[in-house]
Amino acid sequence: MTLNPLIILVAAVFTHNIALTYLIGICPMLAMSRRVGTAAGMGVAVTFVLAIIGPLNWVIYRLLLVPTHSEVMSFLVFIIVIASAVQLVEMLVSRFFPALHSSFGVFLPLITVNCAVLAVSLFVVLREYSLWQTVAFSIGTGIGWGLATTIIAGIRERLVLIGDVPADLRGAGITMVIAGILALAFIGFSGMVAIQ
Amino acid sequence: MNLRRIAYTRPWRTFIAGFFKENAVAYQLLGLCSVLAVSNRMENAIAMGLGVVFVMTVSSVLISLLRNWIPSQYRLITYMIVTSTFVIIVDLFLKANFPLISSQLGPYVGLIITNCIVMGRQEAFANKNGTWLSLLDGLGSSLSYLYTLVILAFFREILGFGTLMGVRVMPESFPPWVVISMAQGAWFLLAIYYWVFRRVAKLKPVEQE
Repeated sequence: MTLNPLIILVAAVFTHNIALTYLIGICPMLAMSRRVGTAAGMGVAVTFVLAIIGPLNWVIYRLLLVPTHSEVMSFLVFIIVIASAVQLVEMLVSRFFPALHSSFGVFLPLITVNCAVLAVSLFVVLREYSLWQTVAFSIGTGIGWGLATTIIAGIRERLVLIGDVPADLRGAGITMVIAGILALAFIGFSGMVAIQ
Repeated sequence: MNLRRIAYTRPWRTFIAGFFKENAVAYQLLGLCSVLAVSNRMENAIAMGLGVVFVMTVSSVLISLLRNWIPSQYRLITYMIVTSTFVIIVDLFLKANFPLISSQLGPYVGLIITNCIVMGRQEAFANKNGTWLSLLDGLGSSLSYLYTLVILAFFREILGFGTLMGVRVMPESFPPWVVISMAQGAWFLLAIYYWVFRRVAKLKPVEQE
């Protein structure tokens, strides 16, 4: 695996988008895509946290779990690192960057249960990425998730203009259809870069 | 005991609420990632579904047994530690006995930890109720997840690959409908399932936004 980290970053945003291709991070995507502002704020928060947690979990896995032959514990260790890192990031941001905290601070605690964060650490282990590749993949995944969520939110805001949605399809149902169409559109990016 | 009267007891209502009306996927909208991602083949769907049934039932029982000892400010991290312990068991079991399925499921087994159904039921139910009811609640919700996965996988494997459990069922002349087996098809089939389920279960429609 000697992929250029930049290629991994572009792939994670467009061709291998975590939400649309791997279908990870869907629950927060459906919940957060009501308003464009909320969606974009959550996207920034996820990118920010991923950029810290992805490399952090890589370092812990390589320097702590592999030498002690306790890879079996990786799920447990990753989830504890995520939960505590999110707490720590929230405290640091609210202490040193109050302006930043007021813009996306409310989203930070929700990130612990965003499966995209745990998925990045699991993918990195499965694909045996190096540290730079991990950094690029983490940031790309965050941007890709934020991009998909923001586009869906933009479409949902205009949904009211097109008329009535069938009663039983309202809410999450129509959002799934929107996401499916968006995923079809993202097929257009395939072939731009190739990974795996 | 009169069989009919069971339908009005609390344990039965707890079980059936999770199993049907409050379907984990179509009603509570939890655990969608893995529903969409692993439902392309029947074998994967069954393996994943049974994994979730195991993790959820056992962890619900454990949480409800421990509920008086868990300090409320640490309860979320406790749920996660309990859940990930059982997920590790499922992961090792699949790796040892079904290496092919395990490699196809890839990271999705690990993602059971953040599967919101597990944590959602622990927070909403197991943390407040007795062991027996929590067992039934965990079992009901996770079985609803299992049958959702199986229904979706049934259609997606037949349409997307022309096979069922790896055995060819469609005639050779049927061209595989590739997009159904991909992520894009998963979205549309889940939307149809959501639509049909809400109609059949007569759930109250969501307000127009």
